[in-house]
Amino acid sequence: MAEHTATHSAAADLPWWLQPAATVTILTAFGLYAIWAALQGHGYVAPYLSPFYSPPVTIAGIPISPAWWVLWGPFGFRATCYYYRKAYYRSYFLDPVACMIPESRRRYGGETAWPFIVNNVHRYFLYVAIIVLAFLWRDTVETFFPGGHFAVHAGSLLFLVNVVLLSGYTFGCHAFRHVAGGNLDCFSCARGGRLRYGLWQRVTALNQRHAQWAWASLFSVALADVYVRLLMAGAMPDPRLF
Amino acid sequence: MSDGGSRGTAVEARPEQARWEAAPPGPRAVATFQVFRGDRTGGELRAYQVPVTEGMVVLDAIHYIQHHLDSTLACRWNCKAAKCGSCSAEVNGRPRLMCKTRVDEFGGQPITVRPIKVFPLIKDLVTDVSWNYRVNKEIPPFAPAPGDAGPWRMHPEDVERLFEFRRCIECFLCQDVCHVLREHRGTDRYYGPRFMVRIAALEMHPKDTASREELLHGKGGIGYCNITKCCEEVCPEHITITDNAIIPLKERVADAFYDPWRALLRRLRGRKEPRGT
Repeated sequence: MAEHTATHSAAADLPWWLQPAATVTILTAFGLYAIWAALQGHGYVAPYLSPFYSPPVTIAGIPISPAWWVLWGPFGFRATCYYYRKAYYRSYFLDPVACMIPESRRRYGGETAWPFIVNNVHRYFLYVAIIVLAFLWRDTVETFFPGGHFAVHAGSLLFLVNVVLLSGYTFGCHAFRHVAGGNLDCFSCARGGRLRYGLWQRVTALNQRHAQWAWASLFSVALADVYVRLLMAGAMPDPRLF
Repeated sequence: MSDGGSRGTAVEARPEQARWEAAPPGPRAVATFQVFRGDRTGGELRAYQVPVTEGMVVLDAIHYIQHHLDSTLACRWNCKAAKCGSCSAEVNGRPRLMCKTRVDEFGGQPITVRPIKVFPLIKDLVTDVSWNYRVNKEIPPFAPAPGDAGPWRMHPEDVERLFEFRRCIECFLCQDVCHVLREHRGTDRYYGPRFMVRIAALEMHPKDTASREELLHGKGGIGYCNITKCCEEVCPEHITITDNAIIPLKERVADAFYDPWRALLRRLRGRKEPRGT
């Protein structure tokens, strides 16, 4: 196997297992943190609503954390995302762990069989994610008006960065690229084709950095929740910048 | 193809030989090449010492071996300009064009050259890639509307996506690195990245009227691709195979087979919605 380690020119000095190991570590840590945050049952301190709890949904008679009513959407969106698919197929399922590295698993159904066939409905999770994102934008705007007056706090900037990163990730999605114009063969002869071509080009520009948007927004959403919890615990102030 | 120093090698040998002989006197750098020698019944890596010249590529070294050390070494090559896609091999474990792989990038380390693994071996570095040509015949060709034979006036926005796909030189390195074909021996289930690119070029053509979605979903086996992007990493033409060909095709297959809303619309309208309208 030694000769296969020279397969990646971009990271020739790094061992091939480093990237999958880092992916497993980060995604697992994020998943455990999200479960822990959801189990807390609350995530609000004025004017900040944790992104794990937005929109705040409660259903009478079902005493579970409001986070569970929300998290399935963004979770499904990321789980079926084309970038994360590459990441977890390589890292968790070793299918393949890296290019040209021999695989030990003989049975392989790809995305033709349960459970990965579900990845084909990625677009529906996109639609849910867009709805959630709209609420996150509303929450972010509200953080700039605590008590009804405009003010910029460190937390509101953090929320702004988070929602921008989430928007870049969501609207750079491959399924959105398809809906925006990728499903057309002929832009010049379609209704609204020129508009859709322009939209498709912009989505394509975002899509070319989809992996970076994916990771950055993953960290920012966790950071926003951590910030809210630190404020809730009174562990730190929320400095006003201007 | 030049098996054992035939045809093309003889023509190409003279300038290379002249370069080696014209090299300044004194100690020359020598590279060790471990080259696979064998056929379907078996084989082994055999070591060759090759003097290194400035700008030398792996194919030069293979030619040197053929001309000076072992004329029975077989390799396929043609243009030596990274345009014909003939000299594909696995150089130090990575699928590459031998004519585009410089010897000095390995920094004096031994260089291993093996045939591409995914296709049946004929001899040494030559494999039988005819499966690809059989697959190609199964893909419905370009089909303009009846009575619309051209010439056409094409808008840049309609053909912009297709230029990239036309760069493919059919070196089949993407087929070699694809783990579905390589590790899972999936040539009976999946056409491979090369033909996803070809189908994408046809499906996205504004004047094409044929539908290949059933082929993709069925025999083409697009569902077997799990988008790990190795094909993109080895493409010598830097075609964004996964993001621009395979994933858009997967989305089109999802339109046709996995989207309940679209299925309902089709049922209500009683027909498939035409593309490009």
